[in-house]
Formats: sequence, C-alpha cells, structure tokens
Amino acid sequence: MNPVLKLLLEGGSLDTAQMAQVLNLSETEVTRQIAELKAQRLLLGWSPVLNLSDEEAGMVSAVIEVRITPERGGGFNRLAERISRFDEVKSCYLMSGGYDLLVFVNGRSLQRVAAFVSEKLSTIEGVLSTATHFMLRSYKEHGFLIEGKAAESDRLKVAP
Amino acid sequence: MDSSRHIATHVINLPKSGIRDFFDIVARMKDAISLGVGEPDFDTPWHIRESAIYALEKGKTHYTSNLGLLELRRAISKYVAKNYSVSYAPENEILITVGVSEALDLACRALINPGDKVMYHQPCYVSYHPSVTLAHGVAIPVPTFAKDQFALTVEALRAAWQPGSKLLMLNLPCNPTGGTCDQAQVEAIARFAVEKDLLVLSDEIYSELTFEGVHTSIASLPGMKDRTIFLHGFSKAFAMTGWRIGYACGPAPLIEAMMKVHQYSMLCASIISQEAAIEALLRGEDAMKKMRDQYHRRRDFIVRRFNEIGLKCHLPRGSFYAFPDVSMTGQGEREFALGLLEAEKVAIVPGTAFGASGAGFCRACFATGYEQLIEATNRIERHVQGLAAKKS
Repeated sequence: MNPVLKLLLEGGSLDTAQMAQVLNLSETEVTRQIAELKAQRLLLGWSPVLNLSDEEAGMVSAVIEVRITPERGGGFNRLAERISRFDEVKSCYLMSGGYDLLVFVNGRSLQRVAAFVSEKLSTIEGVLSTATHFMLRSYKEHGFLIEGKAAESDRLKVAP
Repeated sequence: MDSSRHIATHVINLPKSGIRDFFDIVARMKDAISLGVGEPDFDTPWHIRESAIYALEKGKTHYTSNLGLLELRRAISKYVAKNYSVSYAPENEILITVGVSEALDLACRALINPGDKVMYHQPCYVSYHPSVTLAHGVAIPVPTFAKDQFALTVEALRAAWQPGSKLLMLNLPCNPTGGTCDQAQVEAIARFAVEKDLLVLSDEIYSELTFEGVHTSIASLPGMKDRTIFLHGFSKAFAMTGWRIGYACGPAPLIEAMMKVHQYSMLCASIISQEAAIEALLRGEDAMKKMRDQYHRRRDFIVRRFNEIGLKCHLPRGSFYAFPDVSMTGQGEREFALGLLEAEKVAIVPGTAFGASGAGFCRACFATGYEQLIEATNRIERHVQGLAAKKS
C-alpha cells in the first residue's frame, strides 16, 4: 500500500508537515502524493467524525431501504447515482437481499428527513418502495467508539 | 525497633531497580511525554478481551491444572512448532506461567544450586540479575556492544566465561537495545553452549517483533532442544502486559522441576488470562501483524530522527526500543535523561538501569503514537542543540 495512504489510515490527524517528517519525504512530495491519491479517486476526501446522537450535532439520522427498478444497459447505476447526489444522502450502497439500495440520510429534524423521503426519494420514477428506519442512538461512528476511553491513559509512565 | 534487621541478607543486598527511582521522578511530573514505558501503547485487541469476558460469563473462575489449561498448551505447541520450528508435547513439556518473569524465576529456582554461575548478556531486562541472586546463584554479565548492533558474540561469551558456569540466559531480540542475533550468530552461541555444557534459558518475548531477517530460536538448532528452556509470553506481541501470562517449554524433567516450584508458589496462572491467551493464539495473528507493522514504521522514524539529531543510534532489528548513544552531548546517560526530563518534559530511561554496559546510552520506547514521537524527538533535538550551544 502507498505509504502516505497507510499513514493516513493509522496516523490519526497528522498534518502534511508531520507526515513528511515521519515518512522522510518533503512536504511537497506528500502533498503531491495526496493529490495523486485523490486523482485516482482512491482518497475521496476528509470529513470530521461527529457524535450524531449528541444534541450539539443537531442531526437526525435515518437508514432507508429502497427498492428500485433496474434498467436495461445500466442496471441500478443511474438511479443509484441520481439518489446519491442529494445533499441529505451521506452514503448509498447497492445491496444483495430483500431490497436494492441502502441509503444513509442526515437531516436537521425528523420532519426534514421525512419530507426528503416522501417528496424527493419516493417520487423518483423507478423507485418502487422505501422503508425508513430512524437511528435512536449511536455507539460507534467510523471506527470511533462514542463512549471512548478517557484521553488520559492509565499506562505507567516508566516501566522496565 | 529496627524491623529491617529481619530482612534476609541476599534481599538487602539486591540493588533497587534503576528504573524505579526514575519512575518516581516522572510520576510527579505533569504532562511529560513518556518514551520510558516497556509495553505496547495498543490496548489488547478487543476479540481477546471479549473472550475473557465470555469465559467469566461461562463460570470459568476455577483453578486450572498446575501446568495450565491443556487447550492452551496444545495451542502453544502448535504455535511454537509453526513459528519457531521446534515441537513440544503439550502433556509434559509446556508450563503456563504468570508472565515470562515468573517462568524465569521458576527456572532459576529449579535449576540453580547455591554458587552456580549464570551468564547473561548486558544491557538487559532488569530482572535477570536479581532472579539469579534470589536463587543464590552468581550472575555473570557478558557485555554487548554498539559496534555489533548489540548482538551477543561468542568472543564476549568466551571472555566472560568462568569455571562453574551452568546456565546461559538469552534475550533476543533484547530489551533495552533491540539487538538480536542472526542465524549464524545463534548457531555459534549454541556451539559455545555445547562446548561449555551450558543449559540455555532463552527469553524470546520480543521475537514476533523482528523487523529484519528471520528470528531463529536457539531451541530449534540440532541438539539444542535438550539443553534449552524456551520462554515466551503474550505481553508484547499481543499487547497483553497486564494479563500476566507466559509459558516455558523444555525437556520434560526440567518442566517438571519448574512445575514443582510453580505449584507450591503460584499454583496456576489466572484462568481468565489463560482463556484470553487461547483466543490470542487462535485468532490474534492479524491484529498482531498490524501492530508489528506500525512499530516497524515508528522505529524507522525515531531511529532516523536520533541520527539526524546527532545521537548515534543503531537500527534495532527487533523489540520496540531504540537505544541511542547520548555520549556526544558530553553528559552521562543519567544526567542527560534527567536534564531532558527537567528541560523538555520527555522521559527516556538511562541505559545503566539495564546494567553497567548500558553506560552512555538511553532507552527510548517507540510504542507510542506518531504525534508524540514527532513532538518528543523535536524536543530532544532542541535539548541537544541547547547543550551544544552551552558547551561552545
């Protein structure tokens, strides 16, 4: 794996200068490699990981099972891409099993998410049905535990 | 009344661990960056912890056999055969202990007669010498040197050998130097052990964390299984230091002798830890390799930085310790470490905490996150530059 990518995955929030130091590369080289990873569409971008069940985040999240009609030539792609373009949609996956798309949606309120489903999503031609499940509480977001351990480790400072 | 008069003479004479007083100073200091630890920064992988919880739920709260759970001994037998090319019978050649430390103590107590001489290489883990002393043996240090990347050489062994030497303790890769021996060197040590009729105690706790080359266990060499006790555990590779779980493998009569001491002192290792250890061996390899890869990259970084700073540092081929030479600062290792802690709040451990031949060196553990390593090495650089400016 590309060393820059590896460090992005394990290095937490290192900036390019720190990454350059760890990898013994120039900052320009790290920036160039990151740009290249983006050009390859391997690295898509960054987004902060929030605790969405915290009131401060002010977010309602739902996961929606969507059944759609596949099309000759494109299968599920055209509709899936169309649905993915909505700002409300955070992630969208084609699934095996009882429905076709699994769509993760965030909104400011329950009403807004409901309005998105009834006015936008289910009115698209080719969408056969939707089943919306609101998330009640988050326990883990993108690899981070919500009730994570305290920053202060109880590891001894010096040990043999 | 002075109660200390009741203490046994050989215990009074034991020196206090050089790490202990340093620990006391660091513990008082707020927000110091510590490269002074001797353990992984990772918590034990969750699947291992979860298996211990499951074992508790299932009522696994009883004594185990003195030797340890047979299922664990079987798993160890397979693991050691696969990774170290030497096979031990789960029934009578493997003993589960409370960490390698207990295994080491058991071996000393089971094998040493008063006055027997025990050779060990230095700098080394802090408990080797005391374990020998507590068993009324005589510890003979064998120095290792930076010019050899702190590998143990037969020349040094030969120079240190004395009549009456019975045991040779090995720790490859080594805490604190990260030094280890390649196959040819291990073979030479084995020939020396045969020549001098030494029994070998081989502590291979850091062996999974070998970054270059292949780790060779001395027990796997022809004829050596009969004169070697192989010591290993879960602390380092599986990030399980607090579980206190290790094991000894060796010829049945020796394991039996160690088990005798173990049964009257410890009885058995904690069943919870034994259950967790089974999980580690059966399904822990991926997590272990991931951690090793991270140590590898951190090692490359910290060693490069020490050399950039001017603190000459060999590339440790194993373990998670760098062992830079701090003598160019004009200060001794203890003075340097204390000054660094005082001025920049970075804790490293003076090499002499690991024996006299650690003089001039300090141990820096790189089992810590990148941000900390970057910041710590930047601070060390500032400190070294400050010392140089003062000198000129």
